[in-house]
Formats: sequence, structure tokens, C-alpha cells
Amino acid sequence: MSWTAILVLAAGAYGFKVLGLVVLGGRQLPPPVARCVALLPAALLPALIAVQTLTTDDRWVIDARAAGVGAAIVAAWRRAPFPLVILLGAGVTAAVRALA
Amino acid sequence: MAEVTPPGDEPRLPPDPVTASIVIGLAVGAFGISFGVLAVASGLSPAQASAMSLLVFTGASQFAAVGVIGSGGSTVAALGSALLLAARNGAYGLSLSDVVRGRLATRLLAAQLVIDESTAMATAQHEPAAQRRGFWVAGASVFVFWNLGTLIGALGGDAIGRPETFGLDAAFPAGFVALVAPHLRNLEGRVAAAIGVTVALLLVPVAPAGVPVLAASVAVLVGLRTPAAGEAPPDLAPGEGP
Repeated sequence: MSWTAILVLAAGAYGFKVLGLVVLGGRQLPPPVARCVALLPAALLPALIAVQTLTTDDRWVIDARAAGVGAAIVAAWRRAPFPLVILLGAGVTAAVRALA
Repeated sequence: MAEVTPPGDEPRLPPDPVTASIVIGLAVGAFGISFGVLAVASGLSPAQASAMSLLVFTGASQFAAVGVIGSGGSTVAALGSALLLAARNGAYGLSLSDVVRGRLATRLLAAQLVIDESTAMATAQHEPAAQRRGFWVAGASVFVFWNLGTLIGALGGDAIGRPETFGLDAAFPAGFVALVAPHLRNLEGRVAAAIGVTVALLLVPVAPAGVPVLAASVAVLVGLRTPAAGEAPPDLAPGEGP
């Protein structure tokens, strides 16, 4: 991979970040639009969780990750401390993988 | 900072950003090592691998780029895949614009740290000051561990093996699970989450990587619905309710 390609990728990746945070962000928005923007993490983060847990490449997959993240959901629901939620997620996934 | 506890409603305290960010950072560091190893195996020099982690700084994109190159794909294909995965940071940036304020130079610096982890950590917090702190602490922690890991991996320090052996790939969704709770406190957040998950999962088999999560953004359109009288407005920070 050439240095040019790396710099183009860096510029593009930074461009998205700046576009959102600096160029589009920080303006006074009409209330309905502001409500929509405030919902972006609520829409994107659960989608990211689902994709990271239930898919591999372009396939739906139920594997050890589902068990681990399932355990994490129960732990978070029971208000376990953050490090424990992560440890359970990784630990249960690793255990199921080792047994499978 | 004093937490005001409304009587009869035990609030769910957001995680302490410092502890949580270090825990996430350790998992990030393990994948940084993985990335460094893969990058060098794909033909990048250690300097190029490190430059990529410093300058591109968005993990999934970097893995996609070196993955395409490593499997013999073209530079254009590598850049395309990587940029599709980087696009959601634009949506994150937009949602963080109220959190990260200050001088233009500060915001231009902050922009580099706009990623999954810093967004999740910031928006899990209740108060604006805590949100700002969550953003910077998580962003800085991930930046340091990711770059340190990349350097170690690129220089041949593949001592820990595949992070998947330790289930560390599940550490990220598990961590995000712990951070999304505040977004699911009101009906609009829950509906947006349900639509976002559905859209993303349905697109995975048919759309290139990066598009499914980005497309989940359409779920925010539920915000156009006018809140019914007596309903808590969604922009009311969790824990600030009456």
C-alpha cells in the first residue's frame, strides 16, 4: 500500500469526522431536526452491537459471541459494573469457543 | 459532581469514564497488535502501519483496507471499503457537536477522536460536563492503546496470539451494551434502536460492510413525530426527569 493511498484514506476518514462534528454540527437546528440528531447514537450503537455480534462478513451467524453478549446484556440489566460487563462478554465468548 | 437522586427512582449511574475507558483501551490494544501484524503481513512497512493508526484512526476501516490489499485487491477497492466503514463517524460527529464545544482548533483536534467508543462513552453520561469528559477520556485512551498496539504488532511483537481466543471481539459489543442503556430510557430511543437493528441486520447480506450500520441512521426519523402532551421530551437528559 503506497504512502499516497494511506494519506488519501487518512484525509477521507478525517473528512467524515470533521464534516459531522465541525461543518454540519454546532448549528442551531429546528426542534424536529435536533430531535432526530439526538437519536443518532440510539439508532447506530444498537445496530453496531447487532452487526458485531450476529454477523460475519455478509452472513448472519449465531455463535459464541451471541452467548457472550447475551451474558453482557443480563449483567448490564442487573446493573453490574462496567468492567464486569466487558469481562463477562469476553469470558463467556472465549469459554464457549474453547468448548465448541 | 453531586448526583441528584430523585426520590423513589434509583438512577442507573453511568460508568466512570476513566475506568471504563482503560478497560476498553486494553481490548483495543489487543486488536491494535493484531492490526500491526496483519498490516505488515499485507506488505505495509511498520512506519506505514503506525502512520495509518495515527492518521486514519478508525479500526474497522484500517482492518478492511489492509485486508483487501493483503488478499490481492486493488488500492481503489481498499480505499472504497475503508471509507464506507469510516462514514458513520460523520453521523457520530454530528451527534457530538453539542458535547464537544470550544475553539475551532479544539474541535478540529477532537474530530480525530470521533469513533464508536468515544461516542458511546460520551452519550452514556448524563451531564454535559461528564459527556465532554467521557468523550475526551475514551477518545484519548483508545488512541493511545490502538497506536501502542499497532507499533508492537508491526515490530513483530505478536506474543498474545489472536484476540478472538480470549473473546475480545465480543468485548466491544459487550461494552456498547453497557453504554446504550441511557438511550433506551424513552420510547423514541427504543423505537429508533429497534428500527436501527432491523435495518442493519437486513442489509448485512446485501450491502457492503459499513453500509448496514450507517443506514441504521434512517431510524432517527422517528424523532420527527411530535411528542404527545405529557410525554418527556427526548432531548431531556436521562436522570434529569422530574
